[in-house]
Order: sequence, then structure tokens, then C-alpha cells
Amino acid sequence: MAENGTNGTNGHGYVGTRTIRPDGVDKVTGRARFGADFNLPGQLIGRVLRSPHPHARLVKIDTSKAEALPGVKAIITRDDFPDQPSEFIPAGEMMMNYKDVVRNVMAREKVLYEGHAVAAVAATSAAIARRALKLIDVTYEVLPHVIDVVEAMRPGAPILHDDLFTGGVEPKPDKPSNIAKRVEITLGDVEAGFKKADVIVEREFKTAPVHQGYIEPHAALASVSEDGSAELWCCTQGHFIVRAHCARLLGMDIAKVRVTASEIGGGFGGKTVVYLEPLAIALSRKAKRPVKMVMSREEVFKASGPTSGAVVHVKMGATNDGKFVAGFAELKYQAGAFQGSPVQPGVFCAYAPYDIENVRVIGYDVVSNRPKVAAYRAPGAPISEFAVESVVDEIAKKLRLDPIELRMMNAAREGTKAAYGPKFGPLGLEETLNSIKKTEHWNTPLRKWQGRGVASGFWFNIGGETCASLTINEDGTVSLMAGTPDIGGLRAALTNVAADELGIPYEKVRPIIGDTGSLGFTFLTGGSRSAFSGSMAIVEAAKQIKAELCARAAKLWDAKPDQVEFKEGHVRPLGALAEKVKPMSIADFAKVAGKTGGPIGGYGRINAQGAGPSLGTHLVDLEVDPETGRVTILRYTVAQDAGKALHPAYVEGQFQGGAVQGIGWALNEEYIYGADGKLQNPGFLDYRMPVASDVPMIDAILVEVANPKHPYGVRGVGETPIVPPLGAIANAMEQATGIRFTELPMSPPKVLKALKERGLNKV
Amino acid sequence: MARVVLVGNLARLTGGVAEFRLSATSVKQLFEQLAALYPEIEPHLREGVAVAVDGQIYQDDLFQSIAPDSEVFLLPQIAGG
Repeated sequence: MAENGTNGTNGHGYVGTRTIRPDGVDKVTGRARFGADFNLPGQLIGRVLRSPHPHARLVKIDTSKAEALPGVKAIITRDDFPDQPSEFIPAGEMMMNYKDVVRNVMAREKVLYEGHAVAAVAATSAAIARRALKLIDVTYEVLPHVIDVVEAMRPGAPILHDDLFTGGVEPKPDKPSNIAKRVEITLGDVEAGFKKADVIVEREFKTAPVHQGYIEPHAALASVSEDGSAELWCCTQGHFIVRAHCARLLGMDIAKVRVTASEIGGGFGGKTVVYLEPLAIALSRKAKRPVKMVMSREEVFKASGPTSGAVVHVKMGATNDGKFVAGFAELKYQAGAFQGSPVQPGVFCAYAPYDIENVRVIGYDVVSNRPKVAAYRAPGAPISEFAVESVVDEIAKKLRLDPIELRMMNAAREGTKAAYGPKFGPLGLEETLNSIKKTEHWNTPLRKWQGRGVASGFWFNIGGETCASLTINEDGTVSLMAGTPDIGGLRAALTNVAADELGIPYEKVRPIIGDTGSLGFTFLTGGSRSAFSGSMAIVEAAKQIKAELCARAAKLWDAKPDQVEFKEGHVRPLGALAEKVKPMSIADFAKVAGKTGGPIGGYGRINAQGAGPSLGTHLVDLEVDPETGRVTILRYTVAQDAGKALHPAYVEGQFQGGAVQGIGWALNEEYIYGADGKLQNPGFLDYRMPVASDVPMIDAILVEVANPKHPYGVRGVGETPIVPPLGAIANAMEQATGIRFTELPMSPPKVLKALKERGLNKV
Repeated sequence: MARVVLVGNLARLTGGVAEFRLSATSVKQLFEQLAALYPEIEPHLREGVAVAVDGQIYQDDLFQSIAPDSEVFLLPQIAGG
């Protein structure tokens, strides 16, 4: 059997084209079902009682009055969740400990942040559920709290966990601490490197915790039958992960939990963990009726994970000709109430875009009385790279060098040794810098109070366990099933690949996202892995189909395997055989499938390896209003290496979305706490995210430096675009105002204060 | 023999030894040899580390081959949002 490879040689060349989104009609007509759109007959409404205190011991929970309220069908507390041993599991960006997970979904010994779940009620109506919550009598012993990361690290700070001892330090501490872990990477000799430097810039930066800000709140509908098997519909980035967590937390067999992922109105990392899902199943199991739970926006802010706020100290040295010779950084990341901030990737990424011989980065993972952080797009990287990119800009100014040229001179390339160890394969940073430099944007003049900034960014990307299937239907059409929720155009990207691999029209492939009963374990949509890994699984599934079709054709034609080949959607006879028989299309095989061995399909089951890092460079123009401190983004260009864009429109969408989220992080977004440890802005009115009218069209430049480990050259693209905006905007602010802003967000009050301090707040 | 480097805190589990020469021909053998030398590191290898072989990062891939002249780095696992 001769078999063609990939890269569209079999088909119509859909890969790399902007095909119509298969799920588009349902999305624009409102037919698509998101988490809160699922309902079942006889369902109850679940509500969560949340802690009003940022830190308190849970002395007693008395639910008797609530249980007596007519219409209340079930109440759950800590007593409904068996305790879990300390065991780390992958959860989005970091390892998470089940001992902490069980305490995060339902407080146990203590409440550790305002909004921490204390009990949950299922009742016949939302009104009854709310009344029942008020009847639950909780006795708290209020404890001192700590919100700020630096204060949490100080000796004498209120301790959240008596059994948390700082890891990664010698000697092993004998007293508990809020510092969960110290991590460090070292390359070369950083002190020797600084001795070679002609110029050294040292700065301290502060970033605020920001929420992923997905439009769709968390929602779950659970139905547990009398035999103990459960069905769950929820909005998640990974329904297989939800299944695993729920089964573990509730002592159920995984086979007895079936999870269907709804359409998802944004996740950005925040829907890689469980909150309502195990509660809904526990309530349904107790009430013996379906239970639906939907978070309010306030609950989303208070009880689901934002990303870390941080304090970052950076010191960089360069020679007079612009060569970076040393880089040091110390990162202090908030983890929220439980250990597990993204400080480790922050440490790895800080200097990853650059080829520097001497690097030392230290990181601290610090707990405080805030909601446990969750992953957020390139977790940890925007924070550390913001600080480094700001210092890189200062070095360029001190040396009177073009900031793009300086980055080009020091850019990581194929063969560069990363500060975290290995040497890089092919990378596209130089190409993105060149692309930006060639834009008309880069050369457009600016006016007073306007500034232009540039910054680069790095993210690793991952692969992981992935299943996908292709099934030939009776009429020759193809059903595609993927196991990762479609957040950013996955269905279209995978359909492009399937159509090309099988050589059939795009419209003849119908993609769906399978539930956990339909495919093998598939890791979540995160780590910029879905299109990368999913397309590899589709290629594998198509390969199986092509082999099967060739084998059947050989039997039908009484031919040897090497007398047939699959090409352009047909099995074709080769050599003399071509004189005797006609090629058979997939549709031809579909008609005789039953008579030639039964249904035809392929099932890709892989652990995808070979993810290639993606680097990007952003260019931003902005204008500062000196009277109000308001910053307006005038123009924005993203250039990023996608390896190969399976579907360019959705790759560009990732670039644009990441840039806009980064703009929000840089300019406005922050969790604001009062002295009482309570969140003061848990809503979109006071938590200011950019909306369409706040940003210009984000220009996207696709750079394609193929990843040699992927059949089409794909690199993940979803995370890198949120990395550069923070630095690019800070650099543009410096040009516009002459002030180096080191604290995010650069919101109007802070900008105005800085201008006033320098007497610059006059037009 | 392959050059094996432990990155970050992993070296704390080997008494500060961060670099080894090991005869492992696969990630599985690498883990077995390291665990035999330093039992304290075994749970961490089991829970999951990323292994960079000649610049390419592999996660949860016990059968990945390692050449005699390979350069191998063991890192904390990497995921994302």
C-alpha cells in the first residue's frame, strides 16, 4: 500500500484557509447551548452559602432550620466530602493538591477567603434556596487576615495553614509559613555577568491580581440516578478533568460519571478547575433529583480563581554594544488561599525570549486570604516578562539603541540555551521583530502625549493526552469527534485538517465535541494545546481510515496492497490494475462498508509530544490625557509565530483576544480589597475590562516558522499573545509621559497622580 | 552516557547533585536509575516531571528514547491556561 503524507497532499488544501465556522450558525442565532442553558425535568436549584469573612475558623455549621424549610431537598457541607490525602495532580498551569481541592470546593476547618463555600442547598426554587441559606447557622471564630503578598511573607503575618512549611529551602523550616515554596533557576554565573556589564538597570514592579473575565459564569447541571451513576453538563475547558476531580472528591467510579461540556463563553484558564460541579453532583445524589447551579458574577469574582498579583524585582546588565550579559529576577506571586501560584512558569519565562549567558531567577509561591488563583493565559509569564520587557526598554534608552534592534541582537534562536535548561529548536522571535519593524505602524509619526511601545513574549506550549475520532457515515460524509471543548475555533481548524487528510469537501465533515463516555481521556483545552494535539490525533485517525480503505480495495480488486494508494479522496489502482478497475471514493466505500467488513472509522489516541514554543512581538501606540490620566490605545499590532495557522482567522482571533486582555491587565483591571479583607469591586461596573469601544482593530501578522515536530508545523498560539501587552504599554507610557510606570494597572488615578507629582498634568 | 541535569528544586532531592551521567536509553530507565540512586526523588518522578531530551520537551512519555550522547533536563511539568 502506498500512502500519501499530510500537508494537504491528499485533499483540497483547506489547511491555512478561512473556512466557515461549523458552529457559527448556532452561535449567532442563540441556538448554541452554554452552561446555564441546560435544564432537566424536575430539576432543583442549587445555591452556595459563602463566607463573609476572609479568614475564620469554622466552629459549627447548623443546618437544621434550613432542612426544615419546605422545598429544601438537600443540604451539603464539609461532612459530605471525604477528606483527601496530600496528592498533587495537574490542574491547568500547575500541580494542585487534592487535599486543597476538597477544601477549596467546600471549606473544612477554616474559611480562607471571602466567598469561600461553606454549605450548599438544593431547593425547588431559587427563592427557597436563598431563604434556606439564611437559615444555616454558622459559628465562625474570626481570625486576622492577610491580603498583600509582601505582608503575607513577613514574620508574624497571620498564618493560613498550620501544616504549610516552605519547600525548597535548607534547612527545612520548623515553623509554618505562608511561603509555600521557593524555586530557583540558575544559568552561568550571574554575578560574574554583572561585572562585565557597562549598564545595569534595576527596578521593582508590582502587578495586581486580575480575573480571566469570561462572559459566561460557571454553571453546572447534575443528575445522579438511583444506581449511583451521574450525568453532568457544565461549562469547562476540560470535561475529562471535571470527571476525574468529581469522581475523586465524591468517591465515585470514573465510569459512573459522564460529563458533557457545554459551549463555553470564555475560560482563558479559569475553567480548568472545579467549583460548582462536585457540589451539584453531591446535592443531586442526596436529593435524588437533578440539580442546577449557576454562579452570579459576584460569586465568579469572589470565589473563582483570578491570576496572581505579584511583586517582581529585576536587575539586568548589558554591554555598551547592547549585548545582555546578566539577568536576575525575584518573583513573589500570590497563590490565593492554597499553594500553587504560577510562579514556576513565571521563573522559566522571565528571560526566555533572550540569549543570555548568566541568569538567576528566584520565585516564591505565597498564600494569602484571597480566592485560590487559577490558570490565566500563559500563567505567570505576563507578570515576569512585563518586568523584564520594561527593563529591556530602559536599557535601549540608556544605550540609545532602537528597542527592536536591541531585542534582535539578543533574541533567542534555534540552539540558544534557555535559562531553564534545554536548547531551543526553531523559534520565530526574530521573524516577529522583523515583521513589526517593516510595518507602516512602526514608522508613523507620533504627537505630544502619544507614545509607542514594543515588547516581546514567550510561552512554552504543551501537547498531552488527546483522543479524536473520524467516522465514515453511510453516505460518505464524515463525523468528527474531538475531546477538547472548542473555545477558539477548534472545530473549524480540525475540520480543515480532516477534510484535507481524507480529500473530501470541508462541508462533508461535521465536527462535534464528544462527552466523556464517547472518547478516551483527553486533557483539557489549555496550554495552547487543542489545535496542536487535536490535529495530530485527527491525522492519526485519518491514517487508520486510509489504511483500512486501501486494504478493502485490495481485497475487492483481488490486488496486492502495493497495487493501491490513497490519493485525493480516492483509493486508486496502480500500474496495470488501473486498466481494470476504477478508483473508489470514500462515498463508494461507504455504500459497501457493511459488505466489506463493517463500519469504517479511525480513532486517534495519542499523547502528543513536540509542542514548539511560540514567541510574539507587540507594538502599541497610545495617548495619555494629562487632565484625567486616561489612556487611549490608538493603534496595536501583533506579530506572532504560529508555526502553521490551520485556520488563520482563528489564530488571528487568538492574537487579538490576548492583546485586548493584556490591555485590560495593563491599564485598568485589579482586585481591590478593603482593610476588612473583602473584595470591593466584584462586578464589571467596578472591575473595568476593555470593551470593543475601548480598543482599535488589533492588526495581526502571522509569522510561520514551522514546528518540525508537528505534521503541519503547528505551534500553539492561544497564550503567548497576552504576554507582551503589559510591557509594550508600559514602554509606550514611558515615551508618552517620560515616566516609567512600574505598577499595574496604569489606571487613570495612578497616571494622574504620577503626572501631578511631576507637574505634568497640564495640557 | 547521556548527560542528565536536574533543574530547579529537583536537585534538592539529590543532596544538591544536579548533574549526572547515566546509561539510560529511555525516560523510563532514566527514572529508574535516578530513583535507585536517590529514592527521595521517586515520588516526584511519579507525580510528573517534564523531560527535555536534546531540546525537545516530553511530558508523561516513559518510552521516549535517549541516545548515549543526549542532553537531558528534568523540569517541573509545564501546562497552561
